[in-house]
Amino acid sequence: MAVSRRRTEGLTDKPFHYCPGCTHGIIHRLVAEALVELGVLGLAVGICPVGCAVFAYDYFNCDMIQAAHGRAPAVATGVKRVLPDRVVFTYQGDGDLAAIGTAEIIHAASRGENITVIFVNNAVFGMTGGQMAPTTLLGQKTTTTPFGRRVADAGFPLRVAEMLAAVEGPAYIARVAVSSPKNILRAKRAVRRAFEIQLQGLGFALVEVLSTCPTNWGLSPPEAMRWLEEKMIPVFPLGEFKVPEEEEQC
Amino acid sequence: MARVMAVTGNEAVAEAFRQINPDVCAAYPITPQTELMQRFAAFAANGKVDTEIILVESEHSAMSACIGAATAGGRVATATCGPGLALMWEMLFVASGMRLPIVMAVVNRSLSAPINIHCDHADAMGARDSGWVQLWSENAQEAYDNTIQAFRIAEHVDVRLPALVCMDGFIIGHSITRIEFLEDELVKGFTGEYTPLNPLLDIDNPKSFGPLVLTDQYHEYKYAQHEVMWTKVRDVVLGVAAEFEKVSGRRYGLFESYRLDDAEIALVILNSAAGTAKDVVDSFRERGVKAGLLKPRLFRPFPYAEVAQALGGLKAVAVLDRADSFGGYGPVFTEVCSALYPLAKRPAVINKIYGLGGRDFLPQHAERVLKELEEIAQTGRVSVIKEYIGVRE
Ligand SMILES: Cc1ncc(C[n+]2csc(CCOP(=O)(O)OP(=O)(O)O)c2C)c(N)n1
Ligand code: SF4
Repeated sequence: MAVSRRRTEGLTDKPFHYCPGCTHGIIHRLVAEALVELGVLGLAVGICPVGCAVFAYDYFNCDMIQAAHGRAPAVATGVKRVLPDRVVFTYQGDGDLAAIGTAEIIHAASRGENITVIFVNNAVFGMTGGQMAPTTLLGQKTTTTPFGRRVADAGFPLRVAEMLAAVEGPAYIARVAVSSPKNILRAKRAVRRAFEIQLQGLGFALVEVLSTCPTNWGLSPPEAMRWLEEKMIPVFPLGEFKVPEEEEQC
Repeated sequence: MARVMAVTGNEAVAEAFRQINPDVCAAYPITPQTELMQRFAAFAANGKVDTEIILVESEHSAMSACIGAATAGGRVATATCGPGLALMWEMLFVASGMRLPIVMAVVNRSLSAPINIHCDHADAMGARDSGWVQLWSENAQEAYDNTIQAFRIAEHVDVRLPALVCMDGFIIGHSITRIEFLEDELVKGFTGEYTPLNPLLDIDNPKSFGPLVLTDQYHEYKYAQHEVMWTKVRDVVLGVAAEFEKVSGRRYGLFESYRLDDAEIALVILNSAAGTAKDVVDSFRERGVKAGLLKPRLFRPFPYAEVAQALGGLKAVAVLDRADSFGGYGPVFTEVCSALYPLAKRPAVINKIYGLGGRDFLPQHAERVLKELEEIAQTGRVSVIKEYIGVRE
């Protein structure tokens, strides 16, 4: 019998620990496939966050470092400066990147550090049990905002892609979602592009991926997909927010 | 009438915070503390407290916001553990240097790397020198009682220092046990209204906190902190404990002496493992071995003289540490040795490191150590001073 589809070589055989319907798994696969398709799996070094993806080192079939909460971009900077010909990426949640690690991401972006950042925005702190994240939507119920996030005491959702696009350093900033086959294919192109930018030495590239957390949103997997499309995308519009300059001109 | 409930250690401390109703709580989630602040956030959302909850972006910011709120004149509480406490480290010194009576629950967790969410005491021991009063708790009841007392101790005019209350992550934080809660009115009466000492916006007496102080005065500021810690805190802790006993019927001291009076050998051990070890001490007593146990409660300031008095007459003592100072001895061991050194005649003391990253502390571990102490007591010979126990081959 002929084998028509195989699990990508970029992932190990270890089954994901993610909850049913969680899209962390899809995003892992997109990253792994991009590394394989670009022929750089053997050159890749990934930096795991603290968050639900803390075990990403078990899944990506390349060298991995587990960083302290929020510090992945700084760790990646160190790795890339010593191994400039390797492909260095971070994989971070919105608590990791947009709360405790805000300083690191802004400054890695501002320095135009030649790394690729995969930023998983699921509008909550997943691992610690669904507390409010900076990306939590207004009115969204979380374990620390049981009646919904209010501007008066918790402010507004932070739009990371737009914020970093306003910084001069980055070469590529995009926001994608993994909520439908069409969106997944777009997400894949963006992830691939973000690695190509690094291979071309163009500098900092970040792909924000809107992702589900059915467990902490209190929704079934299909409901979570719909919630992402109906509630998250209007607040976090999809698209490319920054592309390398020559591309802009043509 | 006390309310008897079955709750987790985290719930117990959240309940103390609810009863005390602090003005401000700034916190960042971290396992295994998260449940504590989450429960407290629910109290706030349900209007059970008037506390301003600030969901900040990191522990460094959490402690900074607590410092801001406390300088402004608020009664402030927070909670964290492990890497969260480590990230606060810079701000811990600012809080104590500014003499701000912030109360913090620490649900002890190990430090990375390798990353681990389970209990050991590396977090609070790392904060040992930060100028915070440290109270340690064997179980949820003690964590609840210590939290209530911590406000009184920290806010006492003779003290005015931040205080942290430790309990073991998961082992106590997440386990459900029986607890006696005091009535709300009783707790409110016990902790009283908070009067800030030098609040901001006292228009007639403008203040600055934390200005630059160099070689001319810095030494004196630190001397002032030393003096309070060295001469005042112990008495305040005992005074508050005596008052607490009146309202609760539960007695607290600087440490717990368990079957120590006529003991010849003893274990010194913090927090939840002391509970396990006490059972083992009992079984040794049944066999006629004069074993005892000392469980520190006030670790900072450390009650050297009292510990020396309690342990001085023994033949052999083992200090069990759930944290290591790599290349040195365990942190409790060094304190106990410092306490005993001035004595002309003192027991032999050994140090065991146990339970790092949540490794279980089992009765047979305590048994092995007590047997070793029996032998040392007989022969007077110590073969190894510092040793890890429960290490897998
Ligand atoms: C210094 C420090 N503070 C807090 C934590 C606790 N913590 C672990 S994961 C996490 C949030 C993770 O949320 P996110 O980054 O959104 O990732 P997700 O789990 O949703 O994928 C937090 C607060 C920690 N490990 N270290
Ligand atoms: S908690 Fe949320 S983010 Fe984490 S694995 Fe489950 S669904 Fe995914």
